[in-house]
Amino acid sequence: MVTKVYMEALSPTMEEGRIVSWNKSEGDSVTHGDVLAEVETDKAIMELQARGEGVLRKVLAPGGSTVDVGSMIAILADPEDDISDTLATVGLGTGQTDAAAVEPAAPTPAVVPSIVDARVKSSPLARRLARERRIDLSTITGSGPGGRIIVRDVETAEPPPRHIAALAEPAFNDTELTQLRKTIAKRLTSSLGPIPHFFLTSEIDMERVWEARAALNSLDEGQRISFNDIILKVVAEALRLHPECNAWWQEDHIRYFKDVHIGMAVAIDEGLITPVVRNANLKSLREIARESQELAQRARDRKLAPDEYTGGTFSISNLGMFDIDQFTAVINPPEAGILAIGRIGQRPVAQDGEITVRRRMRVTLSCDHRIIDGATGARFLQTVKQMMENPLAIVW
Amino acid sequence: MPTITYRDALNHALKEEMQRDPTVFLMGEEVGVYQGAYKVSRGLLDEFGEKRVVDTPITELGFAGVGVGAAMVGLRPVIEFMTWNFALLAIDQVVNSAAKMLYMSGGQIPIPIVFRGPGGAALQLAAQHSQAFESWYSHVPGLKVVAPATPYDAKGLLKTAIRDNNPVVFLEGEMMYNSKGEVPDEDYTIPLGVADVKREGSDVTIVCHAKTLQVAQKAAHRLEEECDISAEIVDLRTIRPLDIETIIRSVEKTNRCVVVEEGWPFCGVGAQVVDYVQFHAFDLLDAPILRVTQADVPLPYNKRLEKSAKPNPERVFDAVRQVTYRD
Repeated sequence: MVTKVYMEALSPTMEEGRIVSWNKSEGDSVTHGDVLAEVETDKAIMELQARGEGVLRKVLAPGGSTVDVGSMIAILADPEDDISDTLATVGLGTGQTDAAAVEPAAPTPAVVPSIVDARVKSSPLARRLARERRIDLSTITGSGPGGRIIVRDVETAEPPPRHIAALAEPAFNDTELTQLRKTIAKRLTSSLGPIPHFFLTSEIDMERVWEARAALNSLDEGQRISFNDIILKVVAEALRLHPECNAWWQEDHIRYFKDVHIGMAVAIDEGLITPVVRNANLKSLREIARESQELAQRARDRKLAPDEYTGGTFSISNLGMFDIDQFTAVINPPEAGILAIGRIGQRPVAQDGEITVRRRMRVTLSCDHRIIDGATGARFLQTVKQMMENPLAIVW
Repeated sequence: MPTITYRDALNHALKEEMQRDPTVFLMGEEVGVYQGAYKVSRGLLDEFGEKRVVDTPITELGFAGVGVGAAMVGLRPVIEFMTWNFALLAIDQVVNSAAKMLYMSGGQIPIPIVFRGPGGAALQLAAQHSQAFESWYSHVPGLKVVAPATPYDAKGLLKTAIRDNNPVVFLEGEMMYNSKGEVPDEDYTIPLGVADVKREGSDVTIVCHAKTLQVAQKAAHRLEEECDISAEIVDLRTIRPLDIETIIRSVEKTNRCVVVEEGWPFCGVGAQVVDYVQFHAFDLLDAPILRVTQADVPLPYNKRLEKSAKPNPERVFDAVRQVTYRD
């Protein structure tokens, strides 16, 4: 019996795999479950196991090559099987070397190349069940007429291998959901699921902001200005220049706002909440600093009034204080975007042909693609970067 | 509940409907004095007289036409054909007059008529007198086609057919007239267009009607005994309108289907059933739908050839084994 060996999806997100090495050579005999090859997926190096037995008659993808998931990479067959038809389906003639064939295959009369051979034959019900059980039909051998996969073949097929062994004893404790946790779950599920997110990342030079902040804080020890305040102000100004990113998705229409109300995600003991700095584009940096400090404190005290954490037109989430280099934030619907702020750190930067060490910060913009297109979001982010790198632009 | 024959069940239906409605009358060859070639009209001439039980000459086209005319002016004729093979001579009245009149009169003239008699093969009646006509008449818009398999269904369906305001082709069977079953004495009707699950099962749906119900039942019994295959039997009862819902509900459960009929394969009733099932239940099927029909030849006179040409339990058994992949 001829068994086609395919590149399998060895991780849920794998689209192609690199064959690190073949553990079997052409001519080796193979039994069910033997490790045929080591395959590097997008996540790890995995073993590719044989799903049939016989002799490894032909390796179609040599060690080191990268092939798409679902491509045929080898042929297993009994020594006496004629594999020329199978080779023909991948465009190889009988003239190719075929290891371990007992004798040269008799010259076959010219036949019309069969398209049907390359298909996996299966009953409609078997296809449906395989889909439901996430079983790849190409990994199943059909027992029906002409190799048709029928429902009993799918029922007896092993489910896709799980690579994380189940723990013998439960290592968890169940915790009741707080209302806040429930609300967070509901709001965020209604975001990443239905909203077509895309993400844009940019690295911003922070040297001049660093200097500007130090200078401002030396003016008034009583009202210190944080990087977050500056970022909030810059984003508000950038949104004023890019009103196409300052919007709500309203299902049958898009609502563009004239003023900018920025939600800032604040971590509190029970979760997070996003108080809103209203009309941030109209306020001075000092006003923003004072207001955001006060809102954050009231958020931690759980004393925010509903109108203080609703009505934002755009959000900012900052995890820099946790030494996060960069991350992607989940959009707070119906807003069009959220900017995720990473830590400010010293990094080597190539500048004018030399490596210098600069303070840098990575920001990632999550966009709702229904409102913001790639270039639209990129232009907005470019403005943010330019303003941060040249902070005087805030008053420009 | 009394056990009576299919023949008597039909007789009771005619008698009850003639008692109930004075516009109902019976007409055909030998229906009166001789009490019917197959004794379906026994006792009716005595009870209802010559005006309502009318013997005709051997003139199928003529008395079918008289029936259509009577229906046009408000009577409810029941036209008996000695066999449906003879009704070929009257098909112009059935197809061109009865089936068309309501449509061509813009809905003004309904034709409440029943054409009835035995169809299909009996034993060694040879090629010209052994034909199953279900698919012929089912092809025609304007006709309803009924083919009961049991005495109970025969009585209930004939009473409904007589009360229906459309022309109904009512196909009986010489080989079924003596079959027995429980039939209530009282008045009851069975709606047209409703199939009946005659046997519950889980592995395969066998669709059949009329004489092939017995074929399916024998096959189902053997399948259970020998192969542990549980067959569900859907008896169509009415060919047109076809109760596709009952069939699909069954296939949803079994995922496999075999259609049995007495007629020839080409453009047969089974072809229509297969069409509906593949459309409505495509994703539910685990195997191609198979059909068991009469061989595609005029029915032979020779006893052995006749037997092998007709659908039989062995062929249904084999078809079920095939769709359940037991071969």
